[in-house]
Amino acid sequence: MADPGDLQKQMEFMTGALEHCVRLGLRVLDARQGWLRMELPYSQEIVGNPATGVIHGGPLTTLMDTACGFAAFAAMSKPGLAPTLDLRIDYMGAAQPGLAVIGEGEAYRITRNVIFCRGLAYHESQKDKPIAHCTATFMRLEPAAAGG
Amino acid sequence: MDVIGLIRAAREKRDFSGLLGLIPYAGFIGMDCLHLGRELVFVLPANEGNVGNPTLPALHGGVIGGFMENAAILHCLGHLEVAALPKVVDFSLDYLRPGRFQETYAACEVVRQGKKVANVSVTAWQTTRTEPIANARTHLLLQEPD
Repeated sequence: MADPGDLQKQMEFMTGALEHCVRLGLRVLDARQGWLRMELPYSQEIVGNPATGVIHGGPLTTLMDTACGFAAFAAMSKPGLAPTLDLRIDYMGAAQPGLAVIGEGEAYRITRNVIFCRGLAYHESQKDKPIAHCTATFMRLEPAAAGG
Repeated sequence: MDVIGLIRAAREKRDFSGLLGLIPYAGFIGMDCLHLGRELVFVLPANEGNVGNPTLPALHGGVIGGFMENAAILHCLGHLEVAALPKVVDFSLDYLRPGRFQETYAACEVVRQGKKVANVSVTAWQTTRTEPIANARTHLLLQEPD
């Protein structure tokens, strides 16, 4: 895989190409092989409960799906596709209104056909109090994967 | 905010637009709801802002998830005696077919309702209900009326 700087640029480019990620204001913070950290800014538009101002689970799902999907992509030795097979999110605490959410995705096991990822959503400097945990499985559709 | 009043009005008038209007994220993705007899069918119109893969083009998987999650919440508000918006405990989603850039539908079933938690199954489809694009199940924490 290319050096981390190039990888981050590639991930930033990919985020910018996905209309829904642009609308949410998703931003790549760091990227390295099989690992990625993104930020979801707070906005009134994505609130789920207007009485509390807490954001909806939907944008968190998008944050986790994108962070894990990009981590899966960044784990492949050659650029390929990694469609999501399944995704599970456990919501452990409400996000605080007004604060951005950090989403981390990690490809922790790569097999010939499948990439296993996990992700964590939290507020900066509050990683010990996670908002959500995610596990996601992706197909590995890499041009040369069948041979290697 | 009178959530209970809105829930009651939505049920009586068989119109969920007031409740949908209550949830900013529902408006953000452009979600709507149809009352078909006793059934609630949720609708997500093809909206360019929801595209994830521009080459296919396909909806972002996260939007499909958020749409289905919100469908489960609203389904509970429509069918169960709850006093406030239910909280999502967990959400598990299987992607079965590509979510193409076209109108998408979702319907829910309460599989089991306990005292505090409901287990809800959600199906999303585009062309026909027998060919779902995604299946989900979620646990919702219910806040019962006092």
